[in-house]
Amino acid sequence: MNLGRTNKYLGGLLIAFFLLSALLGWLWTPYDPLALDLRARLQAPGAAHWLGTDEYGRDVLSRLMAAARTSVTISALTVSFAVTFGIVLGALSGYARGWIDRAVMLLTDTLLAFPSILLALALLSILGANIWGVILALGLAYMPTVTRVVRGAVMSLREQEFIEASRLMGHPVGYTLRAHVIPNCLAPVIVIATSMFGSVLLTESALSFLGLGVPPPAPTWGNMLAGARPYMSQASWLGIFPGLCIALTLLGINLFGDYVRDRFDPRMKGL
Amino acid sequence: MTDQDTLLSVEALELGIASLPENRIVRGVSFDIRPGEMVGLVGESGSGKTMLGRAVIGLQPGGIVGRGGIIRLRGRDITQMSPRERRKMRGEDVAIVFQEPMTSLNPSMTIGRQLDEPLRTHTKLGTAERRARILQMMERVGIPSPADRLHDYPHEFSGGMRQRIMLASAMLLKPALLIADEPTTALDALVQREVLELMVEMTRENGTALILISHDLPMVARYCERVMVMRQGELVEQGETRRILTQPAHDYTRKLLAAMPERGPLRTFVEDETPLVELRDLKVEYVSRGGLLSRANRKLALKGASLSVRRGEVVAVVGASGSGKTTLGRALAHLIPYSGGEILFRGKPVARGSEGWMDFRVNCQMIFQDPFGSLDPRFTIRRALAEALYHVDIGAQEKDERIRRIVAEVGLEEKHLDRLPHEMSGGQRQRVAIARAIISEPDFVIADEAVSALDVTVRAQVLDLLADLQKRHGFSCLFISHDLGVVEQLADRVVVMRDGEIVEEGPRNRIFDAPESGYTRALLSAIPTLKRSGEGVELSWRFAAPEAGA
Repeated sequence: MNLGRTNKYLGGLLIAFFLLSALLGWLWTPYDPLALDLRARLQAPGAAHWLGTDEYGRDVLSRLMAAARTSVTISALTVSFAVTFGIVLGALSGYARGWIDRAVMLLTDTLLAFPSILLALALLSILGANIWGVILALGLAYMPTVTRVVRGAVMSLREQEFIEASRLMGHPVGYTLRAHVIPNCLAPVIVIATSMFGSVLLTESALSFLGLGVPPPAPTWGNMLAGARPYMSQASWLGIFPGLCIALTLLGINLFGDYVRDRFDPRMKGL
Repeated sequence: MTDQDTLLSVEALELGIASLPENRIVRGVSFDIRPGEMVGLVGESGSGKTMLGRAVIGLQPGGIVGRGGIIRLRGRDITQMSPRERRKMRGEDVAIVFQEPMTSLNPSMTIGRQLDEPLRTHTKLGTAERRARILQMMERVGIPSPADRLHDYPHEFSGGMRQRIMLASAMLLKPALLIADEPTTALDALVQREVLELMVEMTRENGTALILISHDLPMVARYCERVMVMRQGELVEQGETRRILTQPAHDYTRKLLAAMPERGPLRTFVEDETPLVELRDLKVEYVSRGGLLSRANRKLALKGASLSVRRGEVVAVVGASGSGKTTLGRALAHLIPYSGGEILFRGKPVARGSEGWMDFRVNCQMIFQDPFGSLDPRFTIRRALAEALYHVDIGAQEKDERIRRIVAEVGLEEKHLDRLPHEMSGGQRQRVAIARAIISEPDFVIADEAVSALDVTVRAQVLDLLADLQKRHGFSCLFISHDLGVVEQLADRVVVMRDGEIVEEGPRNRIFDAPESGYTRALLSAIPTLKRSGEGVELSWRFAAPEAGA
């Protein structure tokens, strides 16, 4: 059996499923995810509410779909933030070397010294808990990984003869970076970005669970899980479904990430 | 069936790739090796010579499988041996020396322990006896004060010394057959001759047969009684060395012989003209940054070089690795900073940002060694060439025309324009690299080992192309190379470098025929040359063996 193909298809399928749910959740949900219905509190999954209702009678399926949208948006924006700034800083530091490199690396190493969740917690307590705060905090926490990888790639690329040839043609540094250096170090960045997506999703859920993510009542998988805690024994579906969403999405992303790595990492290319 | 006179007998051997049943890397190869015989196996990269050499010892890389044929060693088919028997055979009967001594020795194990391994595995000798054997062998391969060096690691030895150690470990068990796969390709010419001569002496002493695998026909022919020529997995010709050189039977062998560089025509230049490029006492310093407690370490890679290149002249810079020849070229191109001296272009000093800077930048181009590394893997050939015209002040249509013209000039077709570098062969890429360097019609081109990475026949073609383009466009050229044969064909003047200094400089014929410096003599004497005389070819050393330490 070709395991690589399984990764690709199963991972892709899971990701597609959650992306579609997120897209659908943006346009239409079975119920209003914020509408309270105190007569239908804590209903078990059934015909009216496929995945049941929570302690305020809100439809769990609708909330999960809305949450998917929030989570995907946050993850996508965070990864874009981390990748963009990571590439710029990494390319600058790897290409210029000298004091610029030392300054960037000092910043990066400092950021890397904190666990990303701790760093995000600290930043969030300063920035305040809202979507933009979460994106900025997580983006800053994840940027150093990209910076390091890009710096390493640029440092080895810099010695390559085609980079020197570009300098010989009299091109300015900015052009050389844009045309030759950055495109050639994108492969490892794409690989990291894929797995980072899952990691961000998980951290965002953890932050929400801790009450520092997107503030309620707006649903995220993390704060739904947090809200389910007091009712775990009477209404287990409240915890199970968001948990399952997180787990399956992550599984999908990780499987797909393996495929992407095999595809882009030249070191993984065998005979 | 067992023939007493045959040590190794290979019959109709076929090797293929496991996942491709139709593919053959080695096709129907048959040959015999007699005890104590020295046989050369010559072929270009991808000809299957390495795979053949490895198959004989049962060491082909994963994914390569036998597809038929018999390999008999002393009459026993090695393909039928049990893994245990095969292990016993390796080392005791057959040993191998690889090209890269840095990767074939374990970097984290002392030399003493590595040399001890074969003895421990294959003999029942005691510790003291093994130590004595090892020391004796190290002495034999010319490692000074061996007892002090037993506890040193591979990186503490030079490349030549490491290859001597590899040879020592291969010869410790006195095998009946030694396979040497490009054993000296990674070494400088001087060291190459020493190591090869040692290898030949030692195999002769022990009655060991030698298969010398190499791409270098003159080198192989110099040492071996018999030569086998391989091409695309087939053994196209085998026979006595003399016969192969004088009466090659196969077209490919003839092509190989014709590809040997020959001295080019003599050209004269006006003496009193202002040189196009002039270096005055150029110095390059490498500084390894010191830490908090250690001082910065300074080393002069170029200790003051002065030379000039006239309009239309080809000046070759030769020397061993570490002689500073590449540093010279790179400093001249302003790829690395220089710490002292002056560079003049058209008689005016060149400095970054000065008035003549852009003129120098556009008019000084470079051709690099590695045809894989010198082109951006993501740029089509058309884009790579267009990029080189970025700072040339001509219209878009004219640029397009110039791209077409240059592509034709370097012997490529228009269909190649939309290819990516990895879709082309090494020779084609080097043609693109040449096209890119000269498309802006520079007055000065630096070629740093521009043909060294190419196979013999391709190298001859690219070299002819370069000579032809140089004549047609009239650019001056600084040709940096370790390959004296190539230099003899192309250069008008030769500069010999050693340890960051210019040792000797002069017109090509004078340098090659009557070198003044002992070092130049030694360099020239390290390379066997094939001279065409009448219908045949003659193999000779240009000068006597290099003096020790020369």
